[in-house]
Amino acid sequence: MAFAAFSTAEAQPQAQRKRSPIALFLLLPGIAYLVLFFLTPLVSLILTSLQAPSEFGDIGVYDYAFNWQNYVDVVTLYWPHILRSFGYALVATIAALVISYPLAYFIGVKARRWPLLQSLMLVLVIAPFFISFLLRTLAWKQILSDESFIITSLKALSLMAPDAHFTGTPFAVIFGLTYNFIPFMTLPLYTTLERLDVRYLEAGSDLYANPFHVFRKVTIPLSMPGIVAGTLLTFIPAAGDYVNASRDFLGGPDTQMMGNVIEANFLVLLNYPAAAALSIILMAAILVLVGIYVKRSGTEDLL
Amino acid sequence: MAIREFAERGADLELVGIQKRFPGFTAIENLDLKIPAGSFFALLGPSGCGKTTTLRLVAGLEEPTQGRILIGGSDVTSTRAHERPVNTVFQSYALFPHMTIIENVAFGLKRRKIADPMAKAHEALKLVELDHIAQRKPQQLSGGQQQRVALARAIVNRPALLLLDEPLGALDLKLRRQMQLELKAIQEEVGLTFLHVTHDQEEAMTMADTVAVMNKGAIEQMGAPEELYELPRTAFVANFLGQSNLFTGQVVSTTADAITVESAGARIVVPAARAQRHQGEVTVGVRPEKVSLHREAPAADANRNVLAPGRVVDVSFSGVSTQYLVEIPGHGTVMVFAQNIGFGPVAGLGSEVWISWAVEHGFGLEDGPDETRFQDDASTTSLAALHREALVSELEEH
Repeated sequence: MAFAAFSTAEAQPQAQRKRSPIALFLLLPGIAYLVLFFLTPLVSLILTSLQAPSEFGDIGVYDYAFNWQNYVDVVTLYWPHILRSFGYALVATIAALVISYPLAYFIGVKARRWPLLQSLMLVLVIAPFFISFLLRTLAWKQILSDESFIITSLKALSLMAPDAHFTGTPFAVIFGLTYNFIPFMTLPLYTTLERLDVRYLEAGSDLYANPFHVFRKVTIPLSMPGIVAGTLLTFIPAAGDYVNASRDFLGGPDTQMMGNVIEANFLVLLNYPAAAALSIILMAAILVLVGIYVKRSGTEDLL
Repeated sequence: MAIREFAERGADLELVGIQKRFPGFTAIENLDLKIPAGSFFALLGPSGCGKTTTLRLVAGLEEPTQGRILIGGSDVTSTRAHERPVNTVFQSYALFPHMTIIENVAFGLKRRKIADPMAKAHEALKLVELDHIAQRKPQQLSGGQQQRVALARAIVNRPALLLLDEPLGALDLKLRRQMQLELKAIQEEVGLTFLHVTHDQEEAMTMADTVAVMNKGAIEQMGAPEELYELPRTAFVANFLGQSNLFTGQVVSTTADAITVESAGARIVVPAARAQRHQGEVTVGVRPEKVSLHREAPAADANRNVLAPGRVVDVSFSGVSTQYLVEIPGHGTVMVFAQNIGFGPVAGLGSEVWISWAVEHGFGLEDGPDETRFQDDASTTSLAALHREALVSELEEH
């Protein structure tokens, strides 16, 4: 103890002196990268979002201005899409959590005694990444299309109305989002559950907590870092996703999300300020939601 | 089982024909044990002897392969851990890291829906003198404080039976002694039944009313600490609980109150009442602190056993006593603990000494000395001697 106290007291000023030049030098490439590829586009995006149509220009030509009216316009025009994006992303995140938690718990806790099974299951969780997610989503469109075996069978069994569709419904979009983001939920959950000390669970059951209470009072709080990381990794990209909801994939005209609207404004309508304003709104909304979420879940001292 | 209420007093614990097999090995082989209510019972044994498994079986964290567990007369074998009127102080403490100290202590009370859990938790923290840090998190506490919180978290529930799984193992010596006394005081104050698992023989002896020495999944000997120490029945107990000098030989004569054993030419007399076997080849022993050193041959005395002159091969001073190792031809190394009443060592390194002990201090064992006595001597002195011999022979070759 005495030695440790002595050495840290001596090492402190030395470490500080050493840190300044070399650490900065090592950080330089990272800082340069961030300035070039993150800060510059962000500034450009903000400037674009405030542009006004050129007075004598063609369609798609804009001048720099301070036209904050763009924000009001996109919100009044696209508020259903904004709400839909966050609604779908929320439902998909919850669905992915409900599916992934038992899976991650099994791999991380129950399968500890069989390392081979553990690795095999992890490989299976990651395996979908070997195929492009566009192809996988297209495959689901085939499987769930009106002519597919599943849908025709469901209709034959009168489990679906004869004129009903699966693709193009909100349910199909949420299904696609959930499916595509399950690995992003499972892996962080697995990493925290893999480190879960089962002795805490034993202590819980020793203190009269039945399995349900042990799960609610001990397992869930201890796996909170994984839950937070997994839900963020799912919710953020799901809210901005434009593939699943696209008409070419699992969505339809009534399931368009913010991502689809941004894409249409950028590439079809050539309304760059509107697209940029929507992007900024999406980014800001996610930042605020995530901030509140991390604060509320109180994982600071667990992380 | 009425776990919604506090236990009025400790309950007795009975294990009947317990067997526990894990894939590949048997941890406990046919264990029968009865612990009376209100006692402080220690289960003592080396690591891997099955003592922790026994504790986990009682807590309900493991299921026995065979046998029954009764707490306060009712069979709890098939009930789950959370339904048993038992609490455990874990070796790792297992304090919930996401809860404050007071939340940890109140956890069990809340689950049992006992009225006013917070006040009772504060009371328990006061008992272990930690009420002032009730709002801290476990990782902000020192090892000793965590240990006391773990104890408070268990005893606040007033379990009929409190299980202690080597809870003092991680503490330093001084703190351990202090906690031993505190634990004992708390046990007497609250009147619960304590089952304490430990590999520290001193801890077991200072704290427990009854000690059971466990080896290879079975109980070797059980009794009051003094009884076990003064009259060990097996070589394992003689060596695990304190240290012993053991001698093996044939019984040459038996009288009504003593047996005489001839070991390597010396005659050792042991009281018949203190010997487990009275004929054939037996092992007898004596505790090192009962043995005296003499600089010259002591006068013949019918009441003392004397061993032929030997040589002091090691002297180590430990404060209250000095420990001598005396090499006696035919008997191996004999250990002698001498109280430091005078000044300086009684005998120097290499000096010729006689050893003796009173006949009534000897004991006779049920089994032979364990195999370790015949294994290679790995003490530093003999290793140094071997090394020196090797060097000398090497020099002579050149």
